[in-house]
Amino acid sequence: MKLVLEAVTREVNGESHLYSMSMALEPGLNVLLGPTQAGKTSLMRVMAGLDRPTTGQVLVDGQDVTGRPVQQRNVAFVYQQFINYPSLTVFENIASPLRLQKKFSNDEIQRRVRETAEMMRIGHLLDRLPAALSGGQQQRTAIARALVKQAPLLLLDEPLVNLDYKLREELRAELGQIFARRNAIVVYSTTEPLEALLMGGVTAVLDKGDLLQIGPTLAVYHQPAQRRVGEVFSDPPLNILPAVFEGGLALLSGDIRFPLPPHMAGLPGGTYWLGVRAHHVAMEAHLGREIEIPAWIELAELSGSETIVHADHRDGSGGEFHLIAQLSGIHNFSYEQQARLYLDPHRLFVFTASGALAASPPRTADQRKERA
Amino acid sequence: MKSKVQISWRGTAVLVYFVLLMLPIYWLINMSLKTNNEILGGLTLLPNAPTFDNYLQIFTDPAWYSGYLNSIAYTVLNTVMSVAVALPAAYAFSRYNFLGDNHLFFWLLTNRMAPAAVFLLPFFQLYQNIGLFDTHLGVALAHMLFNVPLAVWILEGFMSGVPKEIDETAAIDGYSFPRFFFRLFLPLIRSGIGVTAFFTFMFSWVELLLARTLTTVNAKPIAATMTRTVSASGIDWGLLAAAGVLTILPGALVIYFVRNYIAKGFALGRV
Repeated sequence: MKLVLEAVTREVNGESHLYSMSMALEPGLNVLLGPTQAGKTSLMRVMAGLDRPTTGQVLVDGQDVTGRPVQQRNVAFVYQQFINYPSLTVFENIASPLRLQKKFSNDEIQRRVRETAEMMRIGHLLDRLPAALSGGQQQRTAIARALVKQAPLLLLDEPLVNLDYKLREELRAELGQIFARRNAIVVYSTTEPLEALLMGGVTAVLDKGDLLQIGPTLAVYHQPAQRRVGEVFSDPPLNILPAVFEGGLALLSGDIRFPLPPHMAGLPGGTYWLGVRAHHVAMEAHLGREIEIPAWIELAELSGSETIVHADHRDGSGGEFHLIAQLSGIHNFSYEQQARLYLDPHRLFVFTASGALAASPPRTADQRKERA
Repeated sequence: MKSKVQISWRGTAVLVYFVLLMLPIYWLINMSLKTNNEILGGLTLLPNAPTFDNYLQIFTDPAWYSGYLNSIAYTVLNTVMSVAVALPAAYAFSRYNFLGDNHLFFWLLTNRMAPAAVFLLPFFQLYQNIGLFDTHLGVALAHMLFNVPLAVWILEGFMSGVPKEIDETAAIDGYSFPRFFFRLFLPLIRSGIGVTAFFTFMFSWVELLLARTLTTVNAKPIAATMTRTVSASGIDWGLLAAAGVLTILPGALVIYFVRNYIAKGFALGRV
């Protein structure tokens, strides 16, 4: 199956939820990544046929299905909320899409439901009502109902967001394996960059109803086409520094200057935005080529075995920017403590003043290892 | 020591409240078991010679028991029709946006703000002409005038408590709308339907003005029978009291069966 959206828009009461966007999805995992209000849910509802696009077309295998009611489309949908039929047992919940297709014998339904339930590890709960299950089990039931149908288009709208951290990691790993074995177009939306990276496949980055970029997940991560893509696909947020390039040198505020590294060397002079991910900002220099930035520590948050440091760089003439550093290990800092932060110029993204990608850091062997 | 005193105070308060609450009902039951002579003779807290003659007369005299049958007939008819009509309307109000939906929803409620007497003459005149006068259906239809808006209002509250995503999931799974509505949706608002049925039943059961005016013989309600027992020989107090007791019973029965739903209804819906 192939799902194609052509210049699809969606407006509700004069308010644009989706600006014109086109994409073609192939079987495999497709991640929709974007902050809240990005249009992920609106887009998935159009794909499923729950909402009609205001303009544009939805094509399945070249056939126009725009406006065809959802009953007549072969799709499955999992909501962010745990949606099950409260009056039916878990077994009947999972069985209902099969029963309605009327082409399966009772034994076949039994077999398929049990198989799917085992896969989602709710095989022992089949006789219960959904209300008697925990949140994680309820969502497993909803996912099982979506999986059992074997629909060629499976949409999951932030399915793990209402689960606690441990359950989320567990279910995410299981889902990744299950999706990989299916020959279906799986569309999975999330607000978390890490989840997109873990899921792999194709990632479409959305923001405020706009499709910013779509491509293989790692390619989008390493070559964000726009500054906004880098920002959305980065957690903690991407650091953005204003810079001026002049005669082979880059100038930051406070008279910080450094020679342009090879990947930036061909760029014409002018003003640019430099982007650097928080885990590439360090408190020590290792390579000897790092740029040293004096800064004042604003806040240090501990998150597990990492410390996230927020610091402000200020020069005497009013130039300033904010830096976030993700350090491994636990570090203690005091407010307004003076510190030196180090950036490796080889790890810098360069965006033009209007936000388009001008240069991205080369993907070195150690970087690839780091991701793996 | 202190807590003991508190508890006894509390107990007394509850007792007083309970006595005040039960006094009219006790009085009614007490009267229904006495003869007219005893009732008029003086104050007795318990019947001197308890008699079921009054009840017996109601159960054997068609003029009396047909009143009950008539009341039950149009009340049940009204309840069934009101709920049946209100279910799809409430679903539309809770799920769809359409032109003027909010206004219409409020306007429905204003139907209840007019006294029933306003509609008395039109109904009377209309029913005389189309043959609905003195029929159970006629009374049931007249009561729907104020029961349907109430039923829509209550049911809409319950339906809005069911996430719309359940409707959509059912559509995705392939449920046709009627199948979804009856098999999946109605069980979810069971308590709402119970509460609605109770309220429509009660309003129809206690309504006197329309029921009495729109009937003469064939569909005459019990309340009308009771008001027409003043005869040349005076008022038959004991008989009236027995009829009163029997009039309370259906309501009490219905309340007993839906009492849990009503409590839930207060918590969830719009009662």
